[in-house]
Amino acid sequence: MNILISRLVQAATVAVLVGAATFAMMRSLPGDAAWRIAAGRYGYDNVNTAAADAVRAELGLGGHWFPAFTQWMGDLLRFDFGVSLVSGQPVIAEITHQLGASLWLALTAVGLSLLIGPPLGVLAGLRPGGALDRGLLVVSAALKAIPQFLMALILILVLSVQLGWLPAAGHGQARHFILPALALALGLAAVNARIARDAMASIAAMPFYHFAQWKGLSRRQVLWRHGLRNVSVPLLTYLGLQFVTLVEGVVVIESIVGWPGIGHALVHAVFARDVPMVQGTALMLGLGFVLVNALIDLAVTRIDPRGAR
Amino acid sequence: MIQLKRPLIAALLGLSLGTPALADSMIGVAAPFEIQSPDPSTTGHIFTNMGIAETLVDADPQGRLLPGLATEWDTSEDGLTWRFTLRENVSFHDGSPMTPAAVVNALEIARAKPGPISGLPVAAITADHDAVVITLTEPRAALPAFLAESRTQILAPAAYGPDGQAVAVIGTGPYRITDLTPPLSLRATAFADYWGAQPHVPDVSYTAVSRAETRALMAESGDADFVFNLDPASVTRLSQSEAVQVISVAIPRTLLLKVNAAHPFLNTPEARQALSLAIDRAGLAQAVLRYPEGADQLFPPAIGSWHNAGMDPLQYDVAAAQALLAQQGWAPGADGILARDGQRFALTLTTYPDRPELPLVAAVLEQQFRTIGVELTINSTNSSEIPAGHQAGTLELGLLARNFALIPEPIGTILSDYAPTGDWGAMGWDNPEIVALAQAIARGEGTDADRARVSAILQTELPVIPIAWYQQTLAVKAGIDGAVIDPWERNFGLARLRFTE
Repeated sequence: MNILISRLVQAATVAVLVGAATFAMMRSLPGDAAWRIAAGRYGYDNVNTAAADAVRAELGLGGHWFPAFTQWMGDLLRFDFGVSLVSGQPVIAEITHQLGASLWLALTAVGLSLLIGPPLGVLAGLRPGGALDRGLLVVSAALKAIPQFLMALILILVLSVQLGWLPAAGHGQARHFILPALALALGLAAVNARIARDAMASIAAMPFYHFAQWKGLSRRQVLWRHGLRNVSVPLLTYLGLQFVTLVEGVVVIESIVGWPGIGHALVHAVFARDVPMVQGTALMLGLGFVLVNALIDLAVTRIDPRGAR
Repeated sequence: MIQLKRPLIAALLGLSLGTPALADSMIGVAAPFEIQSPDPSTTGHIFTNMGIAETLVDADPQGRLLPGLATEWDTSEDGLTWRFTLRENVSFHDGSPMTPAAVVNALEIARAKPGPISGLPVAAITADHDAVVITLTEPRAALPAFLAESRTQILAPAAYGPDGQAVAVIGTGPYRITDLTPPLSLRATAFADYWGAQPHVPDVSYTAVSRAETRALMAESGDADFVFNLDPASVTRLSQSEAVQVISVAIPRTLLLKVNAAHPFLNTPEARQALSLAIDRAGLAQAVLRYPEGADQLFPPAIGSWHNAGMDPLQYDVAAAQALLAQQGWAPGADGILARDGQRFALTLTTYPDRPELPLVAAVLEQQFRTIGVELTINSTNSSEIPAGHQAGTLELGLLARNFALIPEPIGTILSDYAPTGDWGAMGWDNPEIVALAQAIARGEGTDADRARVSAILQTELPVIPIAWYQQTLAVKAGIDGAVIDPWERNFGLARLRFTE
């Protein structure tokens, strides 16, 4: 119960801090907001003084920051995110649509990375210094070193253009998930595998592990009962931290494969000075971080109840 | 751990069993433009391009006006009253008839929003039997061309909300929308009650893909059948592929350098001519844009009536440029940059990355100007910084791609850009002759000689420095016939496409 209350307080703090920070950042950006919004709405061929004036008149831009800030905070308390300055649609509707698309992509990526990374890491950790361990070190270092945009382009070239197995870009069908999710998953799996490997190696070297084998359990039983549970604790904890990498990756990959997600929306909203969209999106990402870490804390407490009271 | 994995495995298995590639009855379009909303003021060009919405007036590739939703039009003696007779038996996609009142409603809503039509001297738009009558306060010979612009598309009254913003796209075109998902996609199917010929391809889809490289890869891998706007490197590669056919056509869009003619360094025609002489247009066109040649005047040959083939072309001559600058009192300083009265010849060039070739061209210009002793600082930023800098008077040089075909008659752009200045045209420049000529042409009194004179003034005065004429490119999957590029960027022509037997 305590953990829930402290997380709720944390979420509220994050909401206020993210709100204030995005507000300050958007206010301090150079350039006239009316012009930027007009460019976002009408495109470079049609942005001109008339369009900027129309935007300024419609939105009543250019007031003092304090009333604008208190109004936004008030709206936020009522869960009213406002309306996108570019599309005119409610921000909450756009975010739900886009967050859904990103969430599925991120979950698929995490799922794929967990299928690829930890099993290999555990196998490598059981025989530290073996061929698999050394090979995995090289491969995971290489995968981690490749920037995600390059990874996406390599995968498109190989899987779509050369082999013709997967669509190069697009969204809407299940087969569109695989390529962007794989591009994200390989980088995550590289790290997962290392964490799992180190955890497994250190656990396998511990006296309790040897005792379990000595008392007559098979290797498989030992791994199942005493190994994996212990390996999963650092792995899960690290997964929470990887959420940041994942969000970064989603922003990049979404714009490469044309995915209608929150990363894509955030980039466009920043360019078009669409303040309500930026604030709403940043807030969702901030709260998402709190939620993911809360869930992981709960899961870790279930797996390893020693620290809980 | 196992408990955690099982649903994930199930989810992944489910994901890999997708439906097969686009069915044969569907043509998938990929283009860079995002769907902002159902409103014609922001997204209208996508709806006309996809054959969903239509305008009163249509245009052929040469820019000649053709009947659209209006079958004919005429004007009164004084040029102030225009009557557009509407096509009969036209239905909107919701089944309601296209009445003169519905057309008036759509035009009035379009006129209240930013766009070319809002700048027209319109007194009133009224319905009259089978026609729409537009009365002007001063003559505008190009009025029908303004009504070919995508933002004047005619949507049903039910398409608009109480504030005039469109909430649905209820057009009259050969395709009707079945699914609109901003910002990236829409699907449409043939409209059974279309007034014209039924399209051959029953279903079409649109996907916005902002990166040119991704679009090219989609064409190459067959994920999109009709890929609009390719980057120069991909054009070269795709041209060698048998899976796609690459089409390119000259369009009325010019890459140009906007010059602040009120700036103390740039306030003489000679100074601007010197900058123009320093630009190796052929090299730039071939190396960056992969075009055979650069622009030797502002208006491309695609705008027949304004392109003046008899003029002396703009040249590349570094020695002449240096001589002109020396006459202006500039002398090379210790760092190789020209100086005059203790001031270095250093300028800021503003451009925007929305068109990926612009920052590349800016980098080449920086090198070419350095050879004549002019230092450039490149500021690649939001496109609105150019018109905003124009208004504030702070812009020095702007590198931009200007579309002379916002309406299929360049006089609209010339009036807004060069008579005498405009957000995307001349700056700090004054030329009463060109203003008088442009206004006469707009009223319908201009001759071909007047148009040639406008081109000649722009060529010697150089309020903007032309660099290259654009080519629009399209990759169409092999097995699809009938693809043509509309140089006016109004219609993808999907209704004319057919699959090869």
